[in-house]
Order: sequence, then structure tokens, then C-alpha cells
Amino acid sequence: MTITEKILARSSGKERLSPGDVIFSKVDRVMMHDVSGPGVIKVFSEWEKKGVKIDRIWDPDRVWVTEDHFVPAADRVSAENVIALSNFTKKFGIKKHFKYGLGQYGICHTLSHEEAMVLPGEVYVGGDSHTNTTGAMGAFAAGLGHTDIAYVLMNGQIWFKVPETMMFRIEGNMPDYLMAKDIILQIIGDIGTDGANYRTMQFAGDVVKRLTVEERLTLTNMTTEAGAKNGIIEPDETTYAYLRERTDAPYTPAHGDSDAEYSEVFTYEIEKIEPTVAKPFSPGNITVARELQGTELDKAYIGSCTGAKLEDLREAAKVLKGKHVKIRTEVLPAAQSIYMKALKEGLINIFVEAGAVVGPPTCGACCGAHMGVLGKGEVCVSTTNRNFPGRMGHVESQTYLASPMVVAASAITGKITDPRDVTN
Amino acid sequence: MNKILKGRVHKYDRDNIDTDVIIPGPYLKIHDHKELAKHAMEGIDPKFPEKVSQGDFLVTGANFGCGSSREHAPIALSQTGIKAILAPSFARIFYRNAVDGGYLLPIEVDEATFKKVSDGDELEIDLAHNAITNLTRNERYAMKPFPELVARIVEAGGLMNFKPVS
Ligand code: SF4
Repeated sequence: MTITEKILARSSGKERLSPGDVIFSKVDRVMMHDVSGPGVIKVFSEWEKKGVKIDRIWDPDRVWVTEDHFVPAADRVSAENVIALSNFTKKFGIKKHFKYGLGQYGICHTLSHEEAMVLPGEVYVGGDSHTNTTGAMGAFAAGLGHTDIAYVLMNGQIWFKVPETMMFRIEGNMPDYLMAKDIILQIIGDIGTDGANYRTMQFAGDVVKRLTVEERLTLTNMTTEAGAKNGIIEPDETTYAYLRERTDAPYTPAHGDSDAEYSEVFTYEIEKIEPTVAKPFSPGNITVARELQGTELDKAYIGSCTGAKLEDLREAAKVLKGKHVKIRTEVLPAAQSIYMKALKEGLINIFVEAGAVVGPPTCGACCGAHMGVLGKGEVCVSTTNRNFPGRMGHVESQTYLASPMVVAASAITGKITDPRDVTN
Repeated sequence: MNKILKGRVHKYDRDNIDTDVIIPGPYLKIHDHKELAKHAMEGIDPKFPEKVSQGDFLVTGANFGCGSSREHAPIALSQTGIKAILAPSFARIFYRNAVDGGYLLPIEVDEATFKKVSDGDELEIDLAHNAITNLTRNERYAMKPFPELVARIVEAGGLMNFKPVS
């Protein structure tokens, strides 16, 4: 069995599982934020209207909540959603509620690893499609809608169809101008935005083995853009070391068998990959950055669960150090803890000195909600994960997706730029 | 659950219609279902909500509903009156949300059926027999049956009325 099958077999009390089996699985962790949370609250209140009395949930200690999409409150409705969320967590005794402006908070898929909210071998569901991200910790991590999350809060279980696993091996030595973002964009370009529908995308190989936890998270984050149910990486010493710095909670990792069956195996030679960009309006619409050289931009965005982890900021800062941006550039660290580390390492100085604006952690403009959305006709290069029409603002705006290095290089020239073309 | 559905087709011949198009990001803070319906499909056809009558069908290309997990998408569509979506394939979270929330039916049809159905056609869908009749063209098509658990959730009217079976 693969690692995904092993985890799901354990969580559903089965000896063996095969792709296609439909199971009810126990859940170890569940997350909701200021968009899915109010949806859950609405489902609860509808049940109550039907006469179901809900005075407790299955296990408040396994639930965690953050405020990320519409903070700082974009308007009154957003403010009220956050109030409703606070009332909910208070009522049901959910202690792990990360609040905007109150110490640590940030984007859900960043807190999940920064705060070790999810551990290897666990089944983790979140009310957000990029919940897949946390599979890089060796967990089964999948996104669900708010009815499903409400169901989990009541029952501690949810149904899954056991997915087939597609294996992606990345081999070779990672060149210093590449990032995990280039790899995953290349893969999505190759298999298409429905290329992994209902399936698992697992990553392995020499390159993945040597990637840091944060870079691995970029790979699993964008499995969502290929339609995958989950992305996963086998936990190893890198994972365990990362967790040791953050928690002493016990866990039981799972590993795939040596004879595990994969529906397909893809092998990539890293040296053949180049800094890659997804053009509007699909994450699968890729080309190499140099091919787009000269494409005029209005804005560079370094933010989101995909591209504003500490390492993303470090790589962007390396490119921006001592340079000046030519277009509007925004940097939004993905969580307060990352903001703080970036501050201590001097990265924030580099960004501000380069002329960029540094904002608070938020999903904000990544989903076109607030805090710097694009106007009609504007063109943006972004470290985020989606570039559908209207994703970051006006339907007639355009977003190019790229690695933090490419975005930083492009900020300097005002045009799409390969990082190799701006070095001193 | 009504076993026979009858309605008119609204066809969008496009693959990969994503949730940002179905209900754009700024509306995610809204949780009033009626209000959401006013913005259904805004990114592709702002007039969509006015065109739909209660019980109508949406017919679209492959991988419908890709993108985010926002349940706002099936909610907004169902609140306009759409009862079922016919497409060659669906994105997984959209599919689950549609079924588990009991909002509307995601019905998989083959490419050929997708091509034969036109905007404005009257269809009758017989869920008990997995059969679709095109009343306008006097044609019959097959739909892919729901997987067993999905059929039971549909029957129950959504996951909420369904007990875990482990
Ligand atoms: S940063 Fe963007 S992709 Fe990530 S959770 Fe927020 S809205 Fe979604």
C-alpha cells in the first residue's frame, strides 16, 4: 500500500484498502477559517431550526481556527464574520483560535506547519481547497466544503473514496535559480489542471529528499491546481527535525510499502526545468520565464500560502537586495511568526529599502478579496497559486504565476524576468 | 428526492469553469444564500441568474467547479433554480459539496451527449433509470449512475441526514 492508503486504512480500521474503496475515516485534525467557519455556523443554525440541539462538538481539542481571508476586516460583513467565529469557538470550547492582531495568526496552510497543528500519519481535513498543502508533513490532508466540515465537527468522521496515487520523482541537483514552484508549475503544465482529478500526487526523488519542509509545502500546495484529492510526501528526518523545533506531541508516522502500486510514475530531471511561469488564465498555461521576457507588468505580489513562507521571502530578498523595484510591489508574510523571523533576518529591511510595501499576513489580494486587488487591465506577477479570470481583482486583469525569485526579478525590471538575468 | 427532473438547458461550452468565475472572491464573506444567487456565474455571464427558472439545468464542459472549496458555488447555482449540472466531469470538492450539501445534482454524461444538447433544449432526467430524454430533439442519452454511497446521500437529501457507517 502507498502512504495514503496506509493512513486511510488505519483511520478506517481496515487491514487493506485499494483505490476506489469508499470508506468512512476517522479524522485527527480539522481546520476552518473566516470563510468556511461562518458557513459551518450557518449549517449548525439550520439544524437547530430543524430542532436538532447542538451543545457540544465531537472534540474541540482537535479543531483549530484562523482568521485569514478577510482580515484586517475588509468591511462590516467581514468584521461580523470574525465576531461570529469568535462566538462559535468560545461556545464550543475550541482553544486554538488564531486571531488577527493577537500574537500569532496567519494563513491557515502556513499555521498548520508553523504551529505543528498537523502531524505525520494523521488525517487532516480543512475548509479550504489548499488543505492539500499540509500533506508535505506526511499526513493525509484534503480540502472539504463547509457542510462536510460541519459533519466532521459533529461526528469526527467523513467519507472518502480511496484515491489512486500518481508518483512524481524529481531527480538530480537543484540549481540555485530554481525553486519548488518551478517544479510544480512544470508538472501542472504537463498533466493539466484536471490531470490528477480525484487522485493523490506523491513526490519523491533526490531533489525532494533534499528540499526543506517549506519548499516541499509548495509542491503539495499546488496539487490542488491539478485537481488532486491530496498531495503527500513521505516524512523523513527533515520533517521530524522541523517538528522537533515546534512540538513534543507524539505521533505515529506512516510509510508506503516497497511494493506499493502507483497508477503512474513520472520522473523529472531537475536540470531540464527552467524558471517557469503560468500565463493567464490557468495554472497549467505554462512557459519558461525567458519566453515572456519583456511582458510589461503593473504589480508584483509576494504573498499567500504558496509563496510567502520564510524561505520564499529569503529567496526574494536575495534577488531584491540593494535593488529598486520598478512596479508596485507588495510583500505579505504568510504568518506573524514568519514576519518576525523575516524582521530578525533583515529581510523586511531589504524589501522596504527596495521600495516595496510590506503588509500584514492575509489572503487578501490572493483571492481578489481586498488589500490590493487588481484594477481593469492591470497585469500582475505573483507567487500565489491561481490565475483564473478575476482571481486577483477585475475579470479583465491578468495574473502570471511564478516563483518568489522570478517575481522579485520581475519587480526590479517591471517586466517578466528570469532571475538569472538580473544578477550583479 | 424527486426521481424525475424536468427543465430547460443553459449551456456554456467551456471546460474548466472554476469557482472564481462561478462566484468571485469578494462574495465569499456573504453567507445569505439568496444574496449569493444574484452573483452566480458572474465571471462568465452576469445575466445568468435572470435567465434561469426553477428546475433548470446547467450543461458545461469538463472539470466543472475546479478551484476553491467554496460551498458558495453550488449554493449560488442552486439558489438561482438550477437542479442539476450535466458535464463530462467535475472537480472533486465541487462534486462533494453539491451532493453532501444536498444543493443540486452533479450528473456525469459522456462527451457525445454533451455535444448533442443545446442551449434552450428541454430535458427530462429519470434518476431511477439513469436516463435523460431530450424533449426538444426527441433523443435519449445515458447518464453515469451515481456511485453507491453518493446515491444514498442524494437519497437522504444531503450528508447531514446520513449516519457514519463505520
Ligand atoms: S493565500 Fe490564497 S490560496 Fe492560500 S488560503 Fe489564502 S486565498 Fe487560498
